[in-house]
Amino acid sequence: MDLAFTAAEDAFRAEARAWLAAHVPATPLPSLETEAGFARHREWERTLHADRWSVVSWPAAYGGRAASLTEWLIFEEEYYAAGAPGRVGQNGISLLAPTLFAHGTDEQRARILPPMASGEVVWAQAWSEPGAGSDLAALRSTAVRTEGGWRLSGQKTWSSRAPFADRAFGLFRSDPEAAKEKPHRGLTYLMFPLDAEGVTVRPIGRLDGKPAFAEIFLDDVFVPDEDIIGEPGQGWRVAMSTAGNERGLTLRSPGRFMASAARLQSLWHEQGEPAEFRDRVADALIGARAYELFTHAAAARLAEGGELGAESSLNKVFWSELDIRLHETALDLLGPYGQLADGADDAPAHGAWAEGYTFSLAGPIYAGTNEIQRDIIAERLLGLPKGRR
Amino acid sequence: MRFLLDDEQRQFATSLDEMLSAAGTPGVARSWAAGDFGPGRALWARIADSGVFALAIPEAQGGLGPLPVELTVAYEALGRHAVPGPLVETAAAGALLARLGGEPAAAWLHPLAEGKAVATLADGPYALDADAADAVFVVEGETLRLADGAGPVQPTLDPARQLSRPRGGAVPADGPAVTAAYAHAVGLARLSAAAQALGLGRALLTQTVAYAKERRQFGTEIGSFQVIKHRLADTLIALEFAQPLVYGAAVTMADRDLAAAKAAAGEAGYLAARTALQVHGAIGYTEELDLSLWIRKARALRDAWGTPAHCRAAIAAA
Repeated sequence: MDLAFTAAEDAFRAEARAWLAAHVPATPLPSLETEAGFARHREWERTLHADRWSVVSWPAAYGGRAASLTEWLIFEEEYYAAGAPGRVGQNGISLLAPTLFAHGTDEQRARILPPMASGEVVWAQAWSEPGAGSDLAALRSTAVRTEGGWRLSGQKTWSSRAPFADRAFGLFRSDPEAAKEKPHRGLTYLMFPLDAEGVTVRPIGRLDGKPAFAEIFLDDVFVPDEDIIGEPGQGWRVAMSTAGNERGLTLRSPGRFMASAARLQSLWHEQGEPAEFRDRVADALIGARAYELFTHAAAARLAEGGELGAESSLNKVFWSELDIRLHETALDLLGPYGQLADGADDAPAHGAWAEGYTFSLAGPIYAGTNEIQRDIIAERLLGLPKGRR
Repeated sequence: MRFLLDDEQRQFATSLDEMLSAAGTPGVARSWAAGDFGPGRALWARIADSGVFALAIPEAQGGLGPLPVELTVAYEALGRHAVPGPLVETAAAGALLARLGGEPAAAWLHPLAEGKAVATLADGPYALDADAADAVFVVEGETLRLADGAGPVQPTLDPARQLSRPRGGAVPADGPAVTAAYAHAVGLARLSAAAQALGLGRALLTQTVAYAKERRQFGTEIGSFQVIKHRLADTLIALEFAQPLVYGAAVTMADRDLAAAKAAAGEAGYLAARTALQVHGAIGYTEELDLSLWIRKARALRDAWGTPAHCRAAIAAA
């Protein structure tokens, strides 16, 4: 049992750190949840990609460095410590790409992954529907077989960044008969362009006032056969096999929380170490360290052929609640300034707590609410009987 | 990096679990609480045979160590089985004397490693189970004192953990080396107390999950109710994220990691106790149920060798 990095890993860290020091914009980019900010973040993806830093864990053929999980964790730690921009391509990179690696065809990987890596094509997810949130299998949007492909109809919602993204992926009901046995049967995983004929994207203002999520209306939208992932009717299995990515460590790396906790501690020191905040600052540091070490243990298990499975639900609850507590502590420490948006003239020089705070509030909701995660933990990890939700 | 126990370490945990399960530790703990230390000392000797008390003591001084990861594995098992006695204090006293060297080390380290002697070390004003120990050490500033005896025993919330204020005695060592060795011993005490709290919490959760699957109200198992499920899930989360902190501290032995491990495992063990009590309901509030042995110990372990608040202060200031 050890926590030692190899010489090669240290060299990888040094290379990442040097590159980030030379390339991270000196002033923060405008929010990626706005149209102008989205475009700037797309440019940043191009910059990352040019030196093969946008998707380090992917094979070189698709623009990556074939980095190990440990190297990816190192990259993420350096990335957040450097205060680098948010990742506009994250939905594609952390959700769709693992699905393509596991269930896609070579043709799909060759066609879809390189433009995803460069930010040329940014992906949105299209899971939720007005009647299907936590109970995702209740979804009703349909895919009907047609010559050479499928025709999609229905309504998706809460699709993050869909107003500015290029393409989307989601589940559609292709066999309504199968659903009579069990609701998650007869679903098919499909990808579609957001500018296709029959697609209407209606932006929805979020709690932070930004127009960054959307409803997507689909009216008889044609999708060619090449854009199905896995077999028709197997969509639930395909989607769930990588759901752990969304809940777990590949969506929210420890580096993010280690950097935030370190910034929080600096803020506390700068404010004269008020005693009434000491415990909460310490808890943020303890939480970030716990998540870091938990992830190293998970990485070691994965390296030995283990699987994460329901364990990713532990991650999801832990990081999302840590994130909120950490940001709440920062706002409290800032006192009256904690009410200011990041763009305000008076916003403290430390900056960037307000947007992070509002974003953190979504954490216990997306990727399966924390209530659903606790049910999964209780039933699959503790073996408690199923009951009414 | 391979931040996982190896096969040998896992096997060590399994063999300790088997031995302790067979030993009937709840009965041993009840005797200990009643002031009958015989069964506890017999169990102590068997634990020593497994090498547990040699893990904090360097090989050159009669031990097998220092092996902090193995020590953590062992103390987690001792916590799971609610083994009574100055377990943490004996390990910490061994680490203290090994660091100091000289005459007291020569006199005590071999018997401690072999389980022939039980030591305690005062944590603040009080020493744990001094009346059951062969050596009662007290550090005050730069002075190491080998107390004359236990001193009057104070009633405590956990009767299996007797506290007293040791008085008098010889001074086998003094000077700055004592202060430094004591700081090292406190770190080891935090690690072993954290490991024990973690194991204690795991055992409480296991017993409580079993009860929630069995106990029926409103015509169904109470474990099918979401309020119960979520409370148990939160307890598992706390334990699962305390565990890597404890083992991480064993690997680095850094002060900040030791403090984080102690705070997180102490809180997680205590949360498990609160959950266990609440889910069991009135039966959990009885002395008769063995669960009480774990519940009472959880609060004491949380606060021994640095309360969570004390540990947090050290972390924030670093």
